[in-house]
Formats: sequence, C-alpha cells, structure tokens
Amino acid sequence: MFKQAIFDIKKYFPYSVKAARFQLKNEVASSFLNWVWWVLDPLCFMLIYTIVFGYIFKSKEQYFPIFIFIGISLWDFFKRTLASAVRVVKANKPTISRVYLPKYILIFINMWTNAFKMAISFAIVFAMMVVWWVPLSWNILWFPLILVVMVAVTFGFSCFLLHYGVYVDDLTNVVDIALRAMFYVTGIFYSIESRLAHYGPILVRLNPMACVITAARDVLIYGQAPDLPALGVWFVIGLLLSMLGIRKIYKEENSYVKVI
Amino acid sequence: MSNIVVEVKDLSIRYRLLKRYSIKRNLLHKGEAPLKEFEAVKGVSFTLERGDILGLVGKNGSGKSTLLKAVGGIFAPNEGSVDLHGNTVSLLAVGLGFQRDLSGRENILLTGMLMGFTEKEIQSKMEDIIEFSELGEFIDRPVRTYSSGMHSKLSFAIAVTMETDVILVDEVLSVGDAKFKKKSFNRMKEMIGHQDRTVILVSHSSSQIRELCNKVLWLDAGEARMFGDTKTVMDAYDAYMS
Repeated sequence: MFKQAIFDIKKYFPYSVKAARFQLKNEVASSFLNWVWWVLDPLCFMLIYTIVFGYIFKSKEQYFPIFIFIGISLWDFFKRTLASAVRVVKANKPTISRVYLPKYILIFINMWTNAFKMAISFAIVFAMMVVWWVPLSWNILWFPLILVVMVAVTFGFSCFLLHYGVYVDDLTNVVDIALRAMFYVTGIFYSIESRLAHYGPILVRLNPMACVITAARDVLIYGQAPDLPALGVWFVIGLLLSMLGIRKIYKEENSYVKVI
Repeated sequence: MSNIVVEVKDLSIRYRLLKRYSIKRNLLHKGEAPLKEFEAVKGVSFTLERGDILGLVGKNGSGKSTLLKAVGGIFAPNEGSVDLHGNTVSLLAVGLGFQRDLSGRENILLTGMLMGFTEKEIQSKMEDIIEFSELGEFIDRPVRTYSSGMHSKLSFAIAVTMETDVILVDEVLSVGDAKFKKKSFNRMKEMIGHQDRTVILVSHSSSQIRELCNKVLWLDAGEARMFGDTKTVMDAYDAYMS
C-alpha cells in the first residue's frame, strides 16, 4: 500500500502543482489589490499584535515584531490547511466525480497553495531580520527540518479531517472552534515559556505547533539549538498519522462520491 | 501484445448506506444510524477487445452507471477487479461538473492531466477542444458563468478530442442544441468507427444501441443477465421490456 502511495504521489505531483497555481491565480484575479494581499494580510496582523501586545500588555520579547511574524506565518499554514481539509472533498466534487484521484492529493494542493503564501511571509521575516540586524548562528540550518516536522504533522491531521469531513456535516464548526482555542494556547503573540513559568515547557512540548514555532524562533532569531527530542517525537507522530490517514483514505474513498 | 483492453472480473460494488452525520442532530436525536449495505453490482465479469463497442442496458437502478464509474476508476471495487491494461480512460456523463471558479481553459488542462496526459499533449489539442466546444471567448471566463448547454459542450469536447483508449458514455448523446447534437452524434459514430477505440455506452434507446454497438451487456438488479452480440441480447431485452 505504501508503494502505491509513493507511486501515486509521484504520478499526481504535476497535477497538484498545477491545480495549486490555478487556485492562487484565481484567488487574486478578481480582487483589486491582487497579490498585494498576500503581503498585506500577515503584515497587518503583525502590526495589530505588535501594538496590542507590545505596547498595551508590555511584552518584553526581543525582536518582538519578528517574533510575532514567525508565529503568524507558521500558524497560518497549519490553520489554513486543516480548515480546508474538512471541506476539501466537497469542494472538489466536480473533479472527483469525473476522474479517479487519490483523495489525499487534494490536501497536497492546499499545502502547496499555503506553502506559497508562507514563503512570501518568510521573505518578509528575513527582510525584517536584516533591518533589525539580527545576529545569525549556524542553528539556522535546522530551519528546513523544522518545516518538515510541521508539514508531517499538518498532513497527518488533515487526512483524518478530510475523511470525517465527508460524513460529519458540522465538523467545520468544531474544527474552527478547536483551531481558535489552539491559536490562543500556541503562543503566537506571547512566549509560553516566559508567561507560564511552571507549565510552559510542558505545554510547548504537548502542542505540536507551539513546539514548531518555538523551535523556529530559537533557530532564526535567538541563535539557539531547537528542542530536538520534542521535534523528533512530533515528526514520528506526524508520519504515523500520515500513514494511517492515507491507509484510511484508500480504504474508504470509493464511498465518498456517493455521500457528497 | 494482447488485444484485451477492458477486463472486469467478478466485480462487486457495495455502497455503505452510511447516512451523513451531524453532531448537532445526533445530540438532539439519540439513536444510531443503521449501517446498511447495498450491493449495486454483483459479480459481473466481461472482457472487451480493442475496437469493441459495448452497450449497457437495464432498468433504472440496475447498476449501469455504477459499473461505468467502476470501469472509470471513480469507485474502487469491493470485490473482484477492473483491469484496463494501462489504457487511458475518460467518462462522459450528464451533470459532471468543472471547477466553477476556474476558466474553461484551466479546466481542460486539469481534467486532461487527471486523465493521464502530459501538459504538452493537452496544449497541442487545446485549440481543437475549444473549436469543437463552440465556446469562443467564453473559454477564458470562469465556468460558473457558463450556461448548462455550454457546460455539456465543453465536457463532450474534452472527451472526444482527448481520445483516450477507452471512452465511457453515460446517456449524453443528447447534449446541447440541435446542431451540436447532430455534430456530437456524428463525431461519436466516427470515433466508434475507429479501430483503436473501445467504448462502453449506456443508453435507454434500443435503436441507438442496435445501431452503434457490437456487444451488449444486460444488467438486472446488479447482476449480468445476458452478455453477447447485439442482436441476440437486444431481442431478448426488448421482448422482456415490452
């Protein structure tokens, strides 16, 4: 079955990239400011959080705007992919009732789209790092591996949301609430470790996105090594979830078309 | 090289009549949704050689469309197997949609890629498809702006121009206006006359089947009741239906 999965992922790779490109193009084609929104959107949220939490709540994190921007960029990828996974089969009904494709390929399309937006965000992050004159260390080389962990976890969760999203009508509502709750405990605009002295480190390890975001900040702006054991464990969990999810989708996908 | 293009063996397809489920509804009305299974196709086998035109007949709900979708790979079989020996396949049916927000051109490209063609192959046929579909400048507008006739024309144009080895046709020989209908019927006949093309055709029109097909499979409640040359099966079928 995993041979099948690898074969299929390779086979449908050009399709998923093309579909993602059209999706991106289509998203901006009708709006007035076009692609500028991909830059403006994270930039505005970063400004809001910097003002609210930097000045009103007096956060003392070093490089606070960059600190927030890294959090937002990574979080948006995770949130967008998961939120769209719940609806992805229904949204692609025209395609899947015409030809066969392994349904998890639809998650890839969304991941490419969101990865592109994240890349734009990170271009801004790196520009800010230059402007703020953030000292770099060799630890920055861990960054691609941190992204791999995030993608594995995101894809794993998305597979299950895709499957149950077909059958459970109001799963969207539940997922939206869960994501919002998770947003506040993930420490996008505050440092979990410094605000919650006792439980902080444990909370970071229990939450895959907090783990990823903290690690990304450590290697990018604070010149520290990431928490490798925690990342490793989450990578294994993400991989396991992905494999179980792909297996579940292969087993059940022939009944999706009939339900939606 | 073997001449067998479609090989269906003991094919069974079940729908789990799993009702859609809502957390809200389930909290308000306790009680399990029953998990019933419904067998739409039961143990059907047949083989088609290159150039065969198979007619699928049977009453409504006898499993014709399900069988067609299984051959097209849209439903995976629960038991048995469908082997196309690596041939490409396309399905042509009423009400098949496109990505509504993408343009006709983009939809052609994505659909073609899913049929197993490379981007280059599709681009080389793009103009033919656009011309056959008679869409003109609408081809670069989002599909959501199309009328239902334009929709069907585009669908038909892709299927007949991309020339997959196997073409599955589900009662669509009545698409569009009178002129397009005639054009598509002629194109169909032309395609069917082609030695390399294998076609499976679902139709309720006995005369159409008799005119176009060289083999017929009669499905009754999901089971193959008769399979053979057109005259024998259609005579029995017409006698049964009248």
